Amino acid sequence: MYLSTVSRPAADPPASGPRRRRFALVSGNVVALGTVSLITDVSAEMVAAVLPLYLVLGLHLSPLAFGVLDGVHTGATALLRVVGGFAADRFRRRKLIAGIGYALSAVAKLGLLLAGRSIPAIGAVIAVDRLGKGVRSAPRDALITLSTPPGALGRAFGVHRAMDSVGAFLGPLVAFAVLLVVGQSYDAVFVTSFCIAALAVVVLVLFVRERSPGDGVSDPNDPKVSVVEAFGLFRSGPARRLVLAAALLGLATIGDGFVYLLLQHRMDLGLRWFPLLAVGTSLAYLVLAAPLGVLADRIGRLPVVIGGYTALGVTYLLLAGPVDGWPLIALTLTLYGGFYAATDGVLIALAGPVLPARLRTTGIALVQTGQALAYLVSSVLFGLAWQAWGPEAAIRAAAVAVAAVLVGTLWLLASPSRLSPRRVPR
Amino acid sequence: MTAMSTRAKLAVVVASAVLLGAVAAGYAATAAQAPGTPPPASDGEQPVTLAPGPRLLAITDRHVSTVAATDPAGPRTVAGLECLRVYAAAGTGICLKPETAWSYQMVVLDAALRQTRAVSVPGLPNRARVSASGRMVSWTTFVGGDSYTSSGFSTRTGILDTHTGATVASLEGFTITRDGRGYRNPDVNYWGVTFTADDNRFYATMATGGRRYLVRGDLAARTVETLKENVECPSLSPDGTRLAFKEAVDADPAKGWRLSVLDLGTMRVTATAETRSVDDQAAWLDGGTLAYTLRGDDGQPDVWTVPADGSGSSTLAIPGAESPSPLT
Repeated sequence: MYLSTVSRPAADPPASGPRRRRFALVSGNVVALGTVSLITDVSAEMVAAVLPLYLVLGLHLSPLAFGVLDGVHTGATALLRVVGGFAADRFRRRKLIAGIGYALSAVAKLGLLLAGRSIPAIGAVIAVDRLGKGVRSAPRDALITLSTPPGALGRAFGVHRAMDSVGAFLGPLVAFAVLLVVGQSYDAVFVTSFCIAALAVVVLVLFVRERSPGDGVSDPNDPKVSVVEAFGLFRSGPARRLVLAAALLGLATIGDGFVYLLLQHRMDLGLRWFPLLAVGTSLAYLVLAAPLGVLADRIGRLPVVIGGYTALGVTYLLLAGPVDGWPLIALTLTLYGGFYAATDGVLIALAGPVLPARLRTTGIALVQTGQALAYLVSSVLFGLAWQAWGPEAAIRAAAVAVAAVLVGTLWLLASPSRLSPRRVPR
Repeated sequence: MTAMSTRAKLAVVVASAVLLGAVAAGYAATAAQAPGTPPPASDGEQPVTLAPGPRLLAITDRHVSTVAATDPAGPRTVAGLECLRVYAAAGTGICLKPETAWSYQMVVLDAALRQTRAVSVPGLPNRARVSASGRMVSWTTFVGGDSYTSSGFSTRTGILDTHTGATVASLEGFTITRDGRGYRNPDVNYWGVTFTADDNRFYATMATGGRRYLVRGDLAARTVETLKENVECPSLSPDGTRLAFKEAVDADPAKGWRLSVLDLGTMRVTATAETRSVDDQAAWLDGGTLAYTLRGDDGQPDVWTVPADGSGSSTLAIPGAESPSPLT
């Protein structure tokens, strides 16, 4: 169905002007990448939904032993993400690197069958799965930026992220449907999940294009990207400021777990409803991602990102503030989902045009890694603040931190000539 | 790739989808044919009862069952009641059982296995305990994915007073004293409650910051204080002087647990003769014998016993059963 809506990427460099953008649906490559993400997320969330059941009731393992290596995994994934991004740029094989990432995660589903009851083996399989996820996201996002006219990036990322979340939504439903049909056979869920992930790889191989004509980066006679050139990203003013800003913004996030925990604290929410908080947030994300992406193309990406982090700050204030009851839940989850919708894809849409096309995957990997590492720091800091001052004071401090981060980000990025090459005149 | 038309590509995708779908369906079909658990019918001769007597309570193939204490490997009486974890004392039972296909509930049972209360619990059943008087019940569940490290697991431990109906859904709101000082941290988890004779004080495991502590709690005051590190799943002896517990080898749960006994008077730890890793909250069958579940490589459970004083050796007690409890 979607194939009929594909607009061929223009053979000429994308025209700049609102007239053309009105016609631009998202490009075929973005639809293809969105489809791959959708299918992959069905597969991934299937496993995520049943993994606790499998470990505790299927294998009778004590899952508390699993958290130990978490920090190590996060660090290794961050490093490999940048290495993968650089390799994608150097060999101009973004599709290949993304495909390896998708394939790794697919194979990991089968690994769960082979791991049996061994905790180290299961830990290794989960690490491979996460590695695949880390490796594929930067080349995938780079392909989106390279197949979309700069003026339509917000929309492209909005559509991609919305498709992604639809998959994440369907995953648990598919998993429970499989369990209903076959009884308590978790193996059947893993095999089904693998088959779905493999289908996503097939779609990627057949429909995702490495280059679109006129992207201006694919001349095989160009010298290969070198490590020195990659480090040059840190010397170029705009790119450096962008990576810094991304890391700074990452410091504003304390993590979903804390947000839901505080919400549950405030509400005295029945513990069994706890998982639904994440569902509510995803729903807001899913609904708002595309409209906010389009809005970002209209009014500029930086204002939308700033708006998103403002929503995050308001979310924190609400968690410490006067509203109570169901209005608190509805407001918090809408704003929190809105924060994701306004920042996750839009930030990459903001980054794309700033990063040289030759080094775009590396640059995007740096942006994402900076965010991930900063988040690791901020979640630990928030935990310490909670210990020292208690939850209410800690969340107020987090709101203050959001304000400070926003000021810093504006200082770094609010230079219209550099970061908003396509500002729409009023 | 450019040689392939869109139609050809679509045909390949459809063919792949059909093929992969067939693989998944085929695997699911063989998996579904694997023998499920036949619901054992209640034995005609005598129903399962929780009334005190010389019998042991345990779970056989997910169903409540009893055996004679003197001949635990002998004939077994199995009830139709399905539980994942069970315990009983003084004619009161606790059973963690499926509520729907993916949610669980804690039910309180009378001596005739009739349900007197039911509470929906979050997550997956892990531990269950009844105080010696039969008045207090406690349960622990594993909850996935809501810990703030986002990928980790956390636990929820609740307590119910069966006389008043007062329920603490989670101990996480209790005031903590750690090493003599006030302490709070969002990562605090509790598991494995065991009650003292006054039905107010209890012992449990508290985990925070990567460490696991034995805590003594006061239900009325809503407080806990740490007593000792690396003590998990405590189980108080009938005379109230010793705690059986699982001690992580080298204080690292990834290396497994040694079933040990802590003397509360001297705070000295004695390892039992059981050298295999025990991941269970042990039950005291009498003042000197511990019962616990061990799983084989295939995940099949057996109930074993071992002397509590470190002497002797472990003995297979109830083959193919788990979650043992004396009926006292």
